[in-house]
Amino acid sequence: MSICETDVAVIGAGPVGLFAVFALGQVGLSAVVIDALHEAGGQCAALYPEKPIYDIPSRASITGAALIEDLLTQANSYAPDYRLGHRVRSLLGDNGRFDLGLSDGSQVRAGAVLIAAGAGAFGPNRPPLDGLAAYEGHSVFYSVRTASRFRNQHVVIAGGGDSAADWAVQLAGIAASVTVIHRRSAFRAAPATMASIHLLAEENRIAVVAPGVLHGIEGDRSVLHAVLVDQGRGEIRRLPADVLLCFFGLAKDASAMASWQIGAGRDGIPVDPRSCETCRPGIYAIGDIAHYPSKLKLILTGFAEAATAAHAARHRLRPDQAFHFEYSTARGQPTKAAAAGHADPFANIAAT
Amino acid sequence: MTTLQVIDASGRNHTVDAIDGLSVMEATRAFDLGIAGECEGSLACATCHVWIDDAWKPRVGEPSAQEAEMLDCAFNVRETSRLSCQIRVSPDLDGLLMSVPHK
Repeated sequence: MSICETDVAVIGAGPVGLFAVFALGQVGLSAVVIDALHEAGGQCAALYPEKPIYDIPSRASITGAALIEDLLTQANSYAPDYRLGHRVRSLLGDNGRFDLGLSDGSQVRAGAVLIAAGAGAFGPNRPPLDGLAAYEGHSVFYSVRTASRFRNQHVVIAGGGDSAADWAVQLAGIAASVTVIHRRSAFRAAPATMASIHLLAEENRIAVVAPGVLHGIEGDRSVLHAVLVDQGRGEIRRLPADVLLCFFGLAKDASAMASWQIGAGRDGIPVDPRSCETCRPGIYAIGDIAHYPSKLKLILTGFAEAATAAHAARHRLRPDQAFHFEYSTARGQPTKAAAAGHADPFANIAAT
Repeated sequence: MTTLQVIDASGRNHTVDAIDGLSVMEATRAFDLGIAGECEGSLACATCHVWIDDAWKPRVGEPSAQEAEMLDCAFNVRETSRLSCQIRVSPDLDGLLMSVPHK
């Protein structure tokens, strides 16, 4: 079981978490960034990469993806350690030394924790089918790593977007059968992919059941035998299946934080806006997840909170070091020396 | 002020006083009825999904194309389904009756 030590554990690699890495680096603190998704960018990258954002100061218009790209460049000045595709299961410890247990069994030890979790960890949007949990990871999946594991299997794909359509086309040549189920007869997927789907359907290499919605699953323990589809008008159709792939987008799960004793609730995590610290010393919350009177859920607000929390964390972690304040224009571009995780590179400069 | 009626998943009816101009999602999500608004009304999720009462559906109208696409990520979708962040509270919706979707 690997243990990784850092100054600050940042939970969430969305725009605010990424800027927090930079803000922490500016005050000489190293960071490990943890996110449930396999790619950084949070909601900007996952939900609206091509959509223009108009309220980032100095950017008249910038797409979600471009914003994340620039924030990554800025954050990577300080070479953070990224732990993407992991959830934080446990947060134990006290001010000055926290132990975070990740979903893969690894541990992160940090002097402080910055929670930039947005509305919660992203995970797959799971259909409300009885007994579903027993099959998840065995014969029900929400993503595909290696297509070859579905060779010669009867695969049912539920969804109407690009993920569902792309995988239907890819698996048509490998699986014993591919059936796509979608709520409406019109799909959201790219026209070119749909053209391929129609072609494959004509050749009987893919079956399309649309409109149709998942009604239930049949199987034995974790082994799937069939998928039940409601085609409307009370018609339930039984599709023999070995595998069910579900592509219903993402859902947010903030439940893990309920056990961290930071007052996490429906409104988020309450913090003191002067430091963004939660009721647990050394644990801070920033961005949409942070809550205080008059809080605005804007990215720009999260950026400011990141700077506030970084300074507060520095004060906690380096109480004996004078903080020589310099505007970034005077200090210059972040250097690799800072990125190498050395203690505050400006510690030797006497306070003026 | 417009009155909304929300039937939660357990069948209980709740009366909500809503300010005109807010979305139905904004007006109802604070009351733990089962209507959320995770994407803050940006049509990037389906957590504000409601079933509009049959009699009210014609007045409320059909979902836009983008809304229909987001309903693909909702479950227990019916002909009367709408994403409540796309419905604006106004005096002619006084008494609007809706249900929180369930199995």
